[in-house]
Amino acid sequence: MGKLSMRKMKENQSGIISAVKAVGEMGRRIRDMGLVPGTNIKIQGRAPLYDPVALRVMGFTLTLRNNEADFIDVEVK
Amino acid sequence: MGTTIALAGNPNSGKTTLFNELTGARQHVGNYPGVTVEKKQGAYVSNGYKMNIVDLPGTYSLTAYSLEEVVARDFLVSKKPKVVINIVDASNLERNLYLSLQFIEMGIPICIALNMIDVAKNRGIEINEKKLSELLGIPVIPTIARNGQGKTELMNAAEKMVRKTEKPVPLDISYGGDVDQVLVEIEAEISANNFLTDTYRARWVALKYLENDKQIHLLGQKTNPDVSANLEAMVNRLSTHLQDTLNTYPEAMIADHRYGYIRSILKQGVVSFQLDQNRLFVSDKIDKILTNRFWGPIIMIVILIGLYHFTFTYSETPIGWLESFFGWLGGMVETYMQDGLIKSLVISGIIDGVGGVIGFVPLIMFMFFGISLLEDTGYLARAAFMLDRIFQIFGLHGSSVMAFIVSGGIAGGCAVPGVMATRTLKSPRERLATLLTVPFMNCGAKLPVFALLVAAFFTRNKAEIMLIITLTSWSGALLIAKFLRITVIRGPSTPFVMELPPYRLPTFKGLVIHTWERTWQYIKKAGTIILGISIILWAMMTFPGLPESQKQSFEAQRQEEITTVPSIIVAELESTDTKEQLSDEAQILQNSLLTIDAREAEAALKFSIAGRFGTALESVSRLAGFDWRTNIALVGGFAAKEVVVSTLGTAYSLGKIDPEDNQSLSKTLASNPSWSPLVALSLIIFMIFYTPCFVAVVCISKEAGSWKWGAFSMAFNTLLAFVLAVLVFQFGTAMGLLGG
Repeated sequence: MGKLSMRKMKENQSGIISAVKAVGEMGRRIRDMGLVPGTNIKIQGRAPLYDPVALRVMGFTLTLRNNEADFIDVEVK
Repeated sequence: MGTTIALAGNPNSGKTTLFNELTGARQHVGNYPGVTVEKKQGAYVSNGYKMNIVDLPGTYSLTAYSLEEVVARDFLVSKKPKVVINIVDASNLERNLYLSLQFIEMGIPICIALNMIDVAKNRGIEINEKKLSELLGIPVIPTIARNGQGKTELMNAAEKMVRKTEKPVPLDISYGGDVDQVLVEIEAEISANNFLTDTYRARWVALKYLENDKQIHLLGQKTNPDVSANLEAMVNRLSTHLQDTLNTYPEAMIADHRYGYIRSILKQGVVSFQLDQNRLFVSDKIDKILTNRFWGPIIMIVILIGLYHFTFTYSETPIGWLESFFGWLGGMVETYMQDGLIKSLVISGIIDGVGGVIGFVPLIMFMFFGISLLEDTGYLARAAFMLDRIFQIFGLHGSSVMAFIVSGGIAGGCAVPGVMATRTLKSPRERLATLLTVPFMNCGAKLPVFALLVAAFFTRNKAEIMLIITLTSWSGALLIAKFLRITVIRGPSTPFVMELPPYRLPTFKGLVIHTWERTWQYIKKAGTIILGISIILWAMMTFPGLPESQKQSFEAQRQEEITTVPSIIVAELESTDTKEQLSDEAQILQNSLLTIDAREAEAALKFSIAGRFGTALESVSRLAGFDWRTNIALVGGFAAKEVVVSTLGTAYSLGKIDPEDNQSLSKTLASNPSWSPLVALSLIIFMIFYTPCFVAVVCISKEAGSWKWGAFSMAFNTLLAFVLAVLVFQFGTAMGLLGG
């Protein structure tokens, strides 16, 4: 289906992370939680005000703000 | 002493449960030196061998970005525990091993407690722990911390490691061709210069340079600037190369390869999934409702109000017991001690001071119990998730909500437990901004003051005024938080990369231990200081006493009253100890004597340090419409906000005023020419924003880790409150509003 920024993904859409462009603390935090290229993710839902986003990764649930999800590209299935 | 071993692991991996299971009640909570990170220690004895267990803060990684991680790292390096028990959530193996790998990189001897294997099994995850142990070269013991299963085996394995003399063979993993090559070069340079090698492994230092680790960089620059510059140049070359060829950075490469390594291990028959790993479990089904766009916020409001009522309604009974106990104690002293300064000190300074400290205890206990319950079940993370969008605007974090609610976001809270509730916030800047703004909420002690002013001046629009007060404090707090975040606490927001842990039923033991240790910390740390300040405030309102001549003149007035009536009446008044059955004449005499007493109290208050302070400030405070009486009352309000009411009572010669029963005082204010609805409004605004009471100031200083922030909140809040009150008063006067 092609590459998509994580912010643009819809609920229940899944894919494989292709790039994490964040650096510094934010980059480190994102990677520490297992969001590295090659990881499978699935959008589990969004908060009532559409931000942050909750995703399913490696069997647990993680939340990210949209402006953090901007740094993550996903190869959507 | 025994041997020191450490417990480390991800948040939500069951680390605290295991710690409680191992140490029981034999634990001690303190802080790591100089920081506000909690340090828990406890003892475990097996076969007569005593081990001192230190519970390291829960972290996902070992970077230098967060305080918790630096603390954990420094502890491991400086205290060199014989073995680190690394608790790993078996149902979440891949991410949990990321931290384990970093311990191994550091060359620290670890032993893995493969926790929650029951949960993993239920999720269809099968783990071959022998294979895992073999591949990593470290012991792996399956455990269920909740019921203590595997505890003995785990501690036996740890003990065996302690007794072993040879050092573990550190595991060197590959971070990809380009990085590996430079890593070896840097490592050689480090070893050749003995650069930091006294404390750290050469390869680890090299890795930290590649990861751009601030702490190690600074340390390196201090130790040997030349070598450090050399290393940085090597790292920069690699960094440029990686950006040109692969559009990535060394630190990203390293993280990617760590996960790559973990995956390669797991694929070698360590884990097998019987079910789809990302399928939805019970917990996720609950989330479908609890974080639902429509139902989520409604349920959240109900839960927050529930927490609020739990804290403030159920703690009323024990608070009532304590109040009557201290009231009884004060009464005993009143009856049996000789009149004089010592008696006044014991009653107003010590008993009220100790009572003030202890009076908060039930509140803090109930609040922590409620919040621990929400935290341990996992609901707190959901509330933060749902509210983050709003709090983010003001530079705060979704988790800030608890502190605001408890402090009086729903009118009637208390900033003391509110300040302590910020402990659930892990982002330092957001936490500080929350700490400094929660005192603007309408705590229960401000309410009697508002009630007094409303009763005196706004009887017809009571509800509207209370609504305006609540809205003013909320919007004020949030806007000031934003202001602080772009001035004194500026800096990028801490990433909201947060785990939503599966819903779990907390253990009762865990909740009780958690609640008790936090309450005890309050009593121990804040208690002594609060007692001290209470005595100082008492002294300020008492000294210097009225000069002899004035005392005599009041005494003469009393004598005059007494001599004007027949001696039978005087004898009647002296012999009765209750108010019943007084003749009319005796009643009149008693009233006139009380009036003189009250006038003397007013004169004494005006003569005291606090009184002089209030009088001296009158020329300035007039700008906001406050006279010296209001000023003294506000000084008294620093002890506790409701004291404003009783101090006003004394200042208006009304004798003792019960904050709950303000009828006579509100009538006095309403008919006094120096008061008007506008002055009352100005005072309401001042009350919302001015300095937190000193108990809250002490707690802010303790939680922020520095007295600087306590002093800041006193000065900044008072100045802000004054500016706002002046604006209200001057604008109102200019426009001729509200009788101004």
